[in-house]
Amino acid sequence: MDIMQLLQLIVSSSLMYAAPLILTALGGTFSERAGVVNIGLEGIMVMGAFMSAIFNIQFFGTFGAMTPWVGLIAGGIIGLLFSLLHAVATIHLRADHIVSGTVINLAAPALAVFLTRAIFGAAQTGPLPRAFGRSNIFLLDRIPVIGPIFFRNTSGPAYLGIIIAVIAWFILFKTRFGLRLRSVGEHPHAAETLGIKVYTMKYAGVLISGFLGGMGGAIQAQAIHNEFGILTVAGQGFIAMAAMIFGKWNPLGAMGAAIFFGFAQSLARIGHYIPIVQDVPGIWLQILPYLLTILVLVGLIGRSEAPAAIGKTYIKSK
Amino acid sequence: MLTQSSNRLNNLLVPILSIILGFIFGALLMLVFGYNPILAYQAMLTGVFTSPYFFGEALRQATVLTFTGLGFAIAFKAGFFNIGIAGQVLVGWVSAIWVALAFPDLPRILLVTLSLLVGVIAGAVWAGMAGALRAYFGTNEVIVTIMLNYVALHVTNYLIRNVLSTGNTTERIGENASLRLDWLTTLTAGSRLNIGLFIAIVVVALYWVFMTQTTAGFEVRAVGLNPFASSYAGMSAARNIILSMVISGGLAGLGGAVHGLGTFGNIFTQSGLPNVGFDGIAVALLGLGNPIGIFFSAILFGILEVGAGFLPNQAGVPDEMASIVIAAIIFFVGANYLIRFFINKIQTNKQATEGGE
Repeated sequence: MDIMQLLQLIVSSSLMYAAPLILTALGGTFSERAGVVNIGLEGIMVMGAFMSAIFNIQFFGTFGAMTPWVGLIAGGIIGLLFSLLHAVATIHLRADHIVSGTVINLAAPALAVFLTRAIFGAAQTGPLPRAFGRSNIFLLDRIPVIGPIFFRNTSGPAYLGIIIAVIAWFILFKTRFGLRLRSVGEHPHAAETLGIKVYTMKYAGVLISGFLGGMGGAIQAQAIHNEFGILTVAGQGFIAMAAMIFGKWNPLGAMGAAIFFGFAQSLARIGHYIPIVQDVPGIWLQILPYLLTILVLVGLIGRSEAPAAIGKTYIKSK
Repeated sequence: MLTQSSNRLNNLLVPILSIILGFIFGALLMLVFGYNPILAYQAMLTGVFTSPYFFGEALRQATVLTFTGLGFAIAFKAGFFNIGIAGQVLVGWVSAIWVALAFPDLPRILLVTLSLLVGVIAGAVWAGMAGALRAYFGTNEVIVTIMLNYVALHVTNYLIRNVLSTGNTTERIGENASLRLDWLTTLTAGSRLNIGLFIAIVVVALYWVFMTQTTAGFEVRAVGLNPFASSYAGMSAARNIILSMVISGGLAGLGGAVHGLGTFGNIFTQSGLPNVGFDGIAVALLGLGNPIGIFFSAILFGILEVGAGFLPNQAGVPDEMASIVIAAIIFFVGANYLIRFFINKIQTNKQATEGGE
């Protein structure tokens, strides 16, 4: 395998594994910037993965080649609906954010497998008729050298994730909505004094996280596993949360971290093609993302700058 | 939540109403999908309560959930979320089996004690790492324990495949390491209920004594209620963080060791983190952090989880229904503001009418 092919393989498989993480980590960023901790991302991804798989199977006849992309939206919508549960519980019912997130994580796999059994009579959906597959990015793949490495035979959803990350950064840091969302996560009382509707902003943050997390799950099902079962998501939501923290609650940072974790995950599968890496025992590659996250949290980020009012219940003043 | 201490009666009403609402939610969901909820709940209850074997199995499941529930609760009391219970269960399980397989010829009392102890230590060290990082570097323990969960999962699977055996399952441990009690097995028609049940009852008592009667337990609770006030009072935050996490992980590790030596008698590669870890969180939340409450919650969830096995055959309902009911119960516990709101409303209404007479 020559160096070009090798680079192409590393980039494309890193991006493939990164794609679900990018969107879900961005979702987490919106929720936590509004002050609501969302460890339910894992469960939201499960629901998104489930919905997209069902959609893919049911509507392949209608949408043909576009099915996975429409399935992405379907996954996002179910994620949004499911996150509504987290929003109502944490914002209006004053539930502890971690407790509510744990409920989401307990409920989602059970509910999704329950529904899968109710619909298909089995715990897995079986292979999807149309997966994302690999695509060339229009025009960009013709750039010499860079084109073939980055834009040919690569993951379409990952580039969608990168675009959404840039948009998310713009929204959070350059628009009035973003400023308000962040102010609610930093100091809700001050925000309310200024006439910002704290509850509305918190709902917006959580629901955006549900939509993006659901899309992340949809990518996991339609691009990586190509089916839905109990093992489809298996911890990716938690890794996305790590990426969000690694990226210091900044959409671009979260995206970078997600791509790095995607790279680390792909190493366990393509590592044997890469010189030096192929001599490292597989177990080290498997636990590398987790160990690095801990090391980075301790060493580089240390007392990381989470939004100041994160995880606190805000009770509206009368 | 766990740290609230208002009206005693209301505190008991919240979990009971949550359980009722959880079951009602499950029933509604079953109705929507055309299943018969009464048949389903009946199948679960009669399945567990009319057969000594399945009742034994439910208690056996409750044993492990008691350990993981207590483990989660103590860290929660100190103000920390130990999401890593599942990983600590796994390291406790694998290390207890490792010891049991390494010294098969030791006398039974010695080998069982040693295996359990190593399981406790493994879990304690695993959680202690997260505690130490929190204490000295301020690292968020939720994230660190989540990451350690997956490290535990991969390392355990690696050890099973490469060190403890050559396949996906280790050999069975010898009679000398087993937690089996012959009379208990006979009594429950061959279930895997074991001596772990009595260890769990002792640990529940010890937990109560530690939290309410000792200075160390008082400090753990004080730090959880108000870290700033307790640090002004001269309590070391770092020490209490590490202590509560070490005990928390130790209890989870004990749960894993009992699971290994009592339930399975071996360890096999896992495709995901063991459910007893996350269900332990549910048990602790329903038990409102009270050790006796946790014990009864563990029994309830043990019955639900074992009873779930009867759902597909006798009611045609997928067995995931039990997990959905558990999640719904915890939702209502978490959103207890809703329940308290209605209780308060009813009480004030009552007072108003009484006052008028």
